[in-house]
Amino acid sequence: MARRWTDQRIEQVVGGLLRTGVAVAAAVVLAGGVLFLVRHGAEQPHYGVFHGEPSDLRSVRGIVADVASGRARGLIQLGLLLLVATPVARVVFSVAGFALEHDRTYVWITLAVLAVLLFSLAGGHL
Amino acid sequence: MVIVPILALGFGIDIRYAIGASLVSVIATSSGAAAAYVREGFSNIRIGMFLEIATTVGALVGASLAARLSTSLIAIVFGVVLVYSAFLSARMPHDPPPDEALDRFATRLRLDGSYPTPGGSQAYHVRGVPTAFGLMFVAGSLSGLLGIGSGAVKVLAMDRAMRIPFKVATATSNFMIGVTAAASAGVYLNRGYVDPGLVMPVMLGVLLGSTLGARVLLNARTRVLRLVFAAVVLALALEMIFNGATGRL
Repeated sequence: MARRWTDQRIEQVVGGLLRTGVAVAAAVVLAGGVLFLVRHGAEQPHYGVFHGEPSDLRSVRGIVADVASGRARGLIQLGLLLLVATPVARVVFSVAGFALEHDRTYVWITLAVLAVLLFSLAGGHL
Repeated sequence: MVIVPILALGFGIDIRYAIGASLVSVIATSSGAAAAYVREGFSNIRIGMFLEIATTVGALVGASLAARLSTSLIAIVFGVVLVYSAFLSARMPHDPPPDEALDRFATRLRLDGSYPTPGGSQAYHVRGVPTAFGLMFVAGSLSGLLGIGSGAVKVLAMDRAMRIPFKVATATSNFMIGVTAAASAGVYLNRGYVDPGLVMPVMLGVLLGSTLGARVLLNARTRVLRLVFAAVVLALALEMIFNGATGRL
C-alpha cells in the first residue's frame, strides 16, 4: 500500500461506492416499477386511507421471498432496501477506514452508530 | 421537505404513506449527492460520525413516536417545523471569523479540520460540542417523526453552535442525513409505511430532479430562489397547520 489512508481518501472511495449503490437501487426500482405498471397500471390506488403494507412487504425475508416468486411490488421494495443499505454501507466502510487509520476511539463511535442502524433494520423500536 | 405536504395536501394521500415515501427520497438524495460533496473536500466525517450517535438514537425515538401520535398532531408539528425552515432558508449564511477558542470535547475527539479555499487550505476550530450534540438529537427526532432530512436543524447546529464554516456544515449535514434517515427507515418499513407503488415514482422523480437541478442551479440567482422557496414552504406550512387543527389530516 503506497498511499496512507486518510479521512479524505476514505471518503472518496466511499462516495463513489454510494453513487454506484444508488444507481443500482434506482435500476431495480425502475425494473420493478415497469413490471408493476404493466400488471397493475390501470388499477385505482387507495392511498387516502392508511391500511399499512401486507406483512410480506415489511421484512427483509418477506421481500426476498416476494422477489423469488416474481412479484413486482417485492422487486420495487428490494430496490428500496438497497437504497436504505447505502448509508448503512457508508458507516460500515467508515469502521474499516478508521481501523486502517488506527483510530480506536472512532472505530467505537462508528460501531455504536452501526449498532443503532442494525437494531432499527432488524425490526426494533422504542 | 416539501414532499410530505405535496402528497398529503395535493394528492390526499394518508400522511403516514407520505412520510414513508419522503424518508426514502431523503436517503436517495443524500447518498446520490455524496460523491459530489466529497470531491470538493468539505465534509468532516469525524464531526458527522460523532453527531450521528445523537441523530440515529433521536431518529429511533421520533419514528417510534410517529406510530403513537395522531396524524392531525403530526401535521401540526410538521407545519411548525416548515415555518421555521422557511425562516432559516430565507436568511443568508455567514462564515464566522476563525479564532483560537478551544473546546475540550473538540480537542479530545479531534474534530478540528481544514477545508479548501481559493487561497489554500483553511483550518477551523470546533466549539459548542455538547450544545450541538443536543440539537442533533432534536434533529434526529424530527427526522424520524416527520420523514424529513432535517438538514436545516443540522446545519444550524453546526453553523451556530459549533461555529464551523458554512460549506463544511452543509456537506457534513448531507452525509448525516442519509445515515439518520436509515435509522428511521427500518422502523417505517416494519410498520408498513413504505408502499412500493407510491415510493417508486417519488424516489425516481426526486433522483432525476436532483441530478438535473444540480446542473441548472449552478448559474441560478440563489438569493431570489431562496426567497421563492421560503414563500412556497410558508404557504404549505400554514395549510398543514390548518388541516391538522381542523382534523382533516
